[in-house]
Amino acid sequence: MTETTARAPRRVSFSLLERGDPADATGYRAHLERVGFFTDTSVCIGCKACEVACKEWNGVPDDGFRLTGMSFDNTGGLSGNTWRHVAFVETHAPAADAGDGELRWLMASDVCKHCTHAACLDVCPTGALIRTEFGTVVVQDDVCNGCGYCVPACPFGVIGRREHDGRAFKCTLCYDRLRAGMLPACAQTCPTDSIQFGPLDDLRMRAERRLRELQDAGVSSARLYGEDPEDGIGGAGAFFLLLDEPEVYGLPPDPVVTTRDLPCLWAHAAVAAAGLVATALTCFFGRRR
Amino acid sequence: MVPEASFTSYYGRPVINAPVWRSPEVPGYLFLGGLAGTSSLLAAGAALTGRPGLRRGAALGAASAIGLSGVALVADLGRPERFANMLRVFKVTSPMSVGSWLLTAYGPAAGLAALADVAGILPRTRRAATLTAGALGPAIATYTAVLLADTAVPAWHEGHRELPFVFAGSAATAGAGLGLLVAARPENAPARRLALAGTICELVAANVMVHRLGLLAAPYRNGRAGRLMRQGEAFTLVGLAGSLLAGRSRTLGVLAGAALLGASACTRFGIFEAGMASARDPRDTVVPQRERLERRGLGDRAVASGTGAPGSDGAR
Repeated sequence: MTETTARAPRRVSFSLLERGDPADATGYRAHLERVGFFTDTSVCIGCKACEVACKEWNGVPDDGFRLTGMSFDNTGGLSGNTWRHVAFVETHAPAADAGDGELRWLMASDVCKHCTHAACLDVCPTGALIRTEFGTVVVQDDVCNGCGYCVPACPFGVIGRREHDGRAFKCTLCYDRLRAGMLPACAQTCPTDSIQFGPLDDLRMRAERRLRELQDAGVSSARLYGEDPEDGIGGAGAFFLLLDEPEVYGLPPDPVVTTRDLPCLWAHAAVAAAGLVATALTCFFGRRR
Repeated sequence: MVPEASFTSYYGRPVINAPVWRSPEVPGYLFLGGLAGTSSLLAAGAALTGRPGLRRGAALGAASAIGLSGVALVADLGRPERFANMLRVFKVTSPMSVGSWLLTAYGPAAGLAALADVAGILPRTRRAATLTAGALGPAIATYTAVLLADTAVPAWHEGHRELPFVFAGSAATAGAGLGLLVAARPENAPARRLALAGTICELVAANVMVHRLGLLAAPYRNGRAGRLMRQGEAFTLVGLAGSLLAGRSRTLGVLAGAALLGASACTRFGIFEAGMASARDPRDTVVPQRERLERRGLGDRAVASGTGAPGSDGAR
């Protein structure tokens, strides 16, 4: 079981209001640089060492030993019991990339995005989900009561409730290792540096450079995913270099934090509730028959 | 509309994780919460206008419904023994947190109102509790629409403008149904009028929502959700007709009340099931997002985020 000893800051985090560094906005006075992952899928070899290292270090239970028939992917997707997931896509290379339509394998290691505007964190009613001093998002397993609200709130399908445990779990970005000055287990073990860990600003620069390299080499399908602070989640703490559309890898093409619309939701509910009061009270007027 | 051919997914797997909320606990709560909220409102109205039969029946119905809801909600938690953790914090960004606090205030008020009424004691306390529960009832009846819409589930989130009105209408239908069951003529006149308003609101709002959802109307029309929504409409029409005649016969009133309760329950279960189906279908997640990107002229993200895009460095 993962020990998350994070101290929640006094103020509850409303990630909607956050601008710039999310740890600042959460109320940490002195905190570390925001860190994250840059997963460069162009060099992923599909070895799944990240999946294994994550399970081993974090004591994540198995998610069933099933064969899915989905290429070499028998993991399926992220859940409470899977915090790194390597996708295998067998596809025909686009002609633009001089692929001659021959078979191409795409491999990508997916993980929690540690969003700047994190829906799971916003909707958590117990405060179990917190923003850490590293700018990451972590579930405190001694607080979570398993209400399950974070599960459908996540636009990426990352977090899940563990069936026999009842609580929600997801990637902690190896919070315990970060506190000890170590690399997250997946980044430590990745043999090709497809998973890179570091300060987010450095990673963004590295990613831009890598993208330019690939595009200069004629890989026109290369694109970054989740790196833009202007996107619907305010930029991901864990972003990707992909070689095809996001949905090909099972990622949403335009994720938006659901709480962005919350003021509009509450306003409509308030009008509806007021309408209910007005209607019901009106029904008491008139003849008593 | 985006042609079907442009839709791709990862082996047809869902993009988002479907809610882990169980049925009948959670949709049952959506129904019972609406029933309780409107019943408290009716009880308060009855208290103010001197209709003791309606007041007692509605207060008792509200207390029973919310009591049952509480049990269902705690049972649905992964760690029921930690339900009190809901009250560690108050967060407006979490409709479930707002709802927990609402229930904490509303539940005891509704319970006290019913207890004092049935036991025939503490008339002043009873009046205060009845009016408090009546004031909080409409919030209990409608906040659950925000609870569902504040998720990444496409069929719920994209219906967020109409869903509170569907829920308000459905709650009014349920409360009116209970009013017709518990009160006889002439005390049930407010319930008969509320049945008319509630059923019309529920029918109109639900149809507007489904119509406006476009592609996302499918989960409300197909499968189990579609059957429930259609049954709900049928019950609504029967209940509406019955409530118009309920002034003439007690039997008709009781039958109309039962139909209205059934209508509200079917709508809530239908909406719940539509969301579950929508969460499981990657098309519901991907296609509307693709359309959104194309409307913004960002259909090809490779271009949008590429090195050549002006300002892509300046944004850092």
